[in-house]
Amino acid sequence: MSFQQLAAESASDNRPLIITLFAVFVLATLGITVWAGRQTKDANDFYAGGRQFSGFQNGLAISGDYMSAASFLGIAGAIALSGYDGFLYSIGFLVAWLVALLLVAEPLRNSGRYTMGDVLAYRMRQRPVRTAAGVSTIVVSIFYLLAQMAGAGVLVSLLLGITSEAGKILIVVLVGVVMMLYVTIGGMKGTTWVQMVKAVLLIAGTLLITFLVLLKFNFNISDLLGEAAKNSGIGESFLEPGLKYGLNATTKLDFISLGIALVLGTAGLPHILIRFYTVPTAQAARKSVNWAIGIIGVFYLMTIALGFGAAALLDRDAIIASNKSGNTAAPLLAEEIGGGPDSTGGAILLAVISAVAFATILAVVAGLTLASSSSFAHDLYANVIRKGKATQKEEISAARWATVGIGTVAVVLGVFARDLNVAGLVALAFAVAASANLPTILYSLFWKRFTTQGALWSIYGGLISSVFLVLFSPVVSGKETSMFPDVDFHWFPLENPGLISIPLGFLLGWLGTLVSKEQPDKDKYAELEVRSLTGHGAH
Amino acid sequence: MDTAPADDRPDDQRQQVRSSYAEVQASAEFGELRGAHRSFAFPLTIAFVSWYLLYVLLSNYAGDFMGAKVVGHVNVALVFGLAQFLTTFLIAWWYSRHAATKLDPRAEAIKSRMEERS
Repeated sequence: MSFQQLAAESASDNRPLIITLFAVFVLATLGITVWAGRQTKDANDFYAGGRQFSGFQNGLAISGDYMSAASFLGIAGAIALSGYDGFLYSIGFLVAWLVALLLVAEPLRNSGRYTMGDVLAYRMRQRPVRTAAGVSTIVVSIFYLLAQMAGAGVLVSLLLGITSEAGKILIVVLVGVVMMLYVTIGGMKGTTWVQMVKAVLLIAGTLLITFLVLLKFNFNISDLLGEAAKNSGIGESFLEPGLKYGLNATTKLDFISLGIALVLGTAGLPHILIRFYTVPTAQAARKSVNWAIGIIGVFYLMTIALGFGAAALLDRDAIIASNKSGNTAAPLLAEEIGGGPDSTGGAILLAVISAVAFATILAVVAGLTLASSSSFAHDLYANVIRKGKATQKEEISAARWATVGIGTVAVVLGVFARDLNVAGLVALAFAVAASANLPTILYSLFWKRFTTQGALWSIYGGLISSVFLVLFSPVVSGKETSMFPDVDFHWFPLENPGLISIPLGFLLGWLGTLVSKEQPDKDKYAELEVRSLTGHGAH
Repeated sequence: MDTAPADDRPDDQRQQVRSSYAEVQASAEFGELRGAHRSFAFPLTIAFVSWYLLYVLLSNYAGDFMGAKVVGHVNVALVFGLAQFLTTFLIAWWYSRHAATKLDPRAEAIKSRMEERS
């Protein structure tokens, strides 16, 4: 009997349990959402959750927003298959938070209101820069959404043994509908509470698996690593860098590209940035980043146990048979550690971890949808289309409609993206964010001479170059693991465009400023600088 | 809806507020606050990004060194990776202490003076 048949059979045995757990989570969080929705009265509540969350609460919600399917399913799978090279994701995703802490979180909280565009357009001509910020927010969020939808599809087909196309599409549609309900009804308040609940569930689930894996090895990490190296069939080089990225000069460049995109991406992710508006002060924003670094750091440390544990305890071929890029390694490990596919313990742990993964995806997807629909309503609709004359009610109603629109786009893309590598897809979103958003955020806050033209060159230049390079990379065509494996129009050799597009984004911002004819608005910069550092006039 | 606070004020008042921002920006006190932030955050950012890039480059081009065993199956690469975690926690703690003692009091003083005046 092949492994797939086994998996399908054991899954069908557990189906009632898994569906019950999924349903409990969805109903409980929808309950929270309805409760939060009743307290959502104005734009401040809808976009920023009333700005009354504490530093700890927001730190928890940031963790819930950030630890996506890529972190949980993707990294565990990447380590399980590529060994040490998969661990780069954990390190890059964490170190990146220092950029947010030292340079972005507090000034953004002090000077912005609802969206990333508020800060990008602060000193600039509003309409062109807000348009650019809105477009960039939506593109980054859709890349990220694609990864989450792919994760949801993979997970559900494994667990529920759904193999028919119609069944898989139905699941992706269901995820889309639930996320639209979270955002349209609960706004930022509902989304924040869903993310907090999810963070607690994810940490608890990961702690449990980590504990059980370590228990098997008597808490001897060296033994765990040794067994992973042996069982993978690859030997000691499984524990060393280079298994995936050390093949040749090009893959080594790809590793650098990925590394740069990870460390510079976080501080340019719109769905993360808007979380800083949910706390009352810059100090609370700082405190929330510190909590997030602690929680996320502990979680990423545990990915060592998850990934190497999967490599040590599962059959490598079985992991690949279940999902080519290893996305199902974590739930399979849970099943194994609970006693194996035929045991009750295995069945329960598999169901619990799968429900946690499902919760993870839903919470992140809600955050992404909120960020993009907020930007659509506040940056594009209220400030560009209506030129600042829209009422709060009209603005929120635009945000709700945008949620339905973006949710629909995500569902359609999700149906096509099921077989892509989840962590790799998220790394693309990081590269786009670091190329298009981060240069303008930093220049706006810290460079006196920066002009509207510089901002536009940087945002559009970074956005277009990164998306363009991805389009002609092996991610999209030319390889067995590509989105379209049957055609080959790739000429860019790297999977991650960051190495080219991030420096280009910074360079264009600088160049666009140097050659622009207009003078920077000195008064506006004084206002931004004083407000961002002192918190005077903060919303 | 502009990004500036309280947009419903008449133009002349708005102009007043804006020129007062320029005054504050030019003041010695604000210069100290800006200096205390930049002289801490900028070099530290360059330092931790370089430290991280060193790790990425070593992983790529110093395979033998990274693969050297430290204890049992634990190699230099893993220790290096864990060191990145440790430095991240330490830098976060160090910046927060700096902000609480050197930035917050200065920012608070300037802010309350501005609020008094308006």
